[in-house]
Amino acid sequence: MAITVRIPTPLRRITGGQDKVDVDGTDLQGIVDALESAHPGIKERICGEDGQIRHFVNVYVNGEDVRYMDGLGTATKSGDEISIVPAVAGGC
Amino acid sequence: MAFASALHCRECGREYPIEPNYVCDFCFGPLEVTYDYDAIRKSTSREKISSGPMDMWRYDDFLPVSRENAVNLGTGMTPLLKADNLGKMLGLNNLWLKNDAVNPTYSFKDRVVTVATTKALEFGFKTLACASTGNLAGSVAAHGAKAGMETLVFIPANLEYGKIIGASVYGPTVVTINGSYDDVNRLCSELADNHAWAVVNINMRPYYSEGSKTLAYEVAEQLGWRAPDHVVAPLASGSLFTKIWKGFNEFADIGLIDAVRTTMHGAQAVGCSPIVKAFDSGLMHAKPEVPDTVAKSLGIGNPADAYYVLKILKETGGSAIGVPEDEVGENMILLAETEGIFAETAGGVVISALKRMAKEGRFDPDETVVAYITGNGLKTQEVVASSVHPINIEPNVEAFEEKVLGANSN
Repeated sequence: MAITVRIPTPLRRITGGQDKVDVDGTDLQGIVDALESAHPGIKERICGEDGQIRHFVNVYVNGEDVRYMDGLGTATKSGDEISIVPAVAGGC
Repeated sequence: MAFASALHCRECGREYPIEPNYVCDFCFGPLEVTYDYDAIRKSTSREKISSGPMDMWRYDDFLPVSRENAVNLGTGMTPLLKADNLGKMLGLNNLWLKNDAVNPTYSFKDRVVTVATTKALEFGFKTLACASTGNLAGSVAAHGAKAGMETLVFIPANLEYGKIIGASVYGPTVVTINGSYDDVNRLCSELADNHAWAVVNINMRPYYSEGSKTLAYEVAEQLGWRAPDHVVAPLASGSLFTKIWKGFNEFADIGLIDAVRTTMHGAQAVGCSPIVKAFDSGLMHAKPEVPDTVAKSLGIGNPADAYYVLKILKETGGSAIGVPEDEVGENMILLAETEGIFAETAGGVVISALKRMAKEGRFDPDETVVAYITGNGLKTQEVVASSVHPINIEPNVEAFEEKVLGANSN
């Protein structure tokens, strides 16, 4: 069983319109690399030049923000669900 | 003459045209206005500013719209008051209060909304809208009325009565939402995508937020063209805080003041303190929380500018102070009793933080400390209602002597 990654609307152009992509990987870094192989161009939208997750992109593994886990080193396993969610910009 | 030349992403630097847009297509970073600073340098001077209008539009060289078209209720140039009584109590010889409680709709929000409304008209919008914790709603409603625009304001249903009335009276459509400000903001983001509205703090946010820079410009001018040694300001989304810092630095870059050495301090009430918690844990991201605070104007659990606030705190050696909920009302009263300013809850938070820092010796006694009072206490009377005790008597001298003089002699 693969790991499901939910793709937000602004990135679906890269995934050919798919809102969910199944990939394999033992940690989030592996997942991002697998996404990049399947859909070239997606990695630079998620990670900055320093290789880290961009400040205004939130990534959740099974609903948990990876910033409060191990970031790109967060372990992933078959059956996990990953969400990529742009931060809510705006507000007072 | 406006010197805004483009929008740029604060994260990846990509440029965008001056349009109703607020988020970078590429990296989702927030967009900010780019100015032609060389042109500003040539246009502006202390003399030109000093001879400008007695409101915030005297700084229009630094704003994304020019004052000729401004939808202006007379915002800004609010008093900067030397707080000798409170200063004496705290051991501070140079404590100043920037009193933005006396703007046209009684909060600093008029600064951002006058810019956003002017820009919205320039873009040809007919409808003005906002997601608000209350103060913004009043300001948007008033400016919408003045501009002759359709106006919609979205607020959490549990707001103080004074803020609901204070917005409704100007005739907007007021929508109260069963949820927190963060829920209101999310809903408005979705609605903004499907309606041709100028939502001041969403698709107009790059322009809107620039208005807060005038809080720095005015203080610098009022202090005799210099930045203070310390600033203490409230933190909600963090936008005001980052723009105060930007304002001082722009003035220095243009040469209107010397290099900025200000230490920036931010304050939140503990019932909603995601930025303070991140600061205390050494993180650069605020973990969203559900607000539960009497300081409703600071009740933003998912602050958009937290990252930039944390950066400024780090850069300037400042602090983020979490204030116990029960100190908010106490310090509203302290400020009123010592300095004659009736501030809203956010002011109580700021004064409480100021007191704590003074006690901890964060300031040298002669340093210039500016505390920002951003809203009016008449809107948040509930918080201090149980602390006021008028004496009721019959209209005769005996009753006065017995109940008033008698009570005072106790």
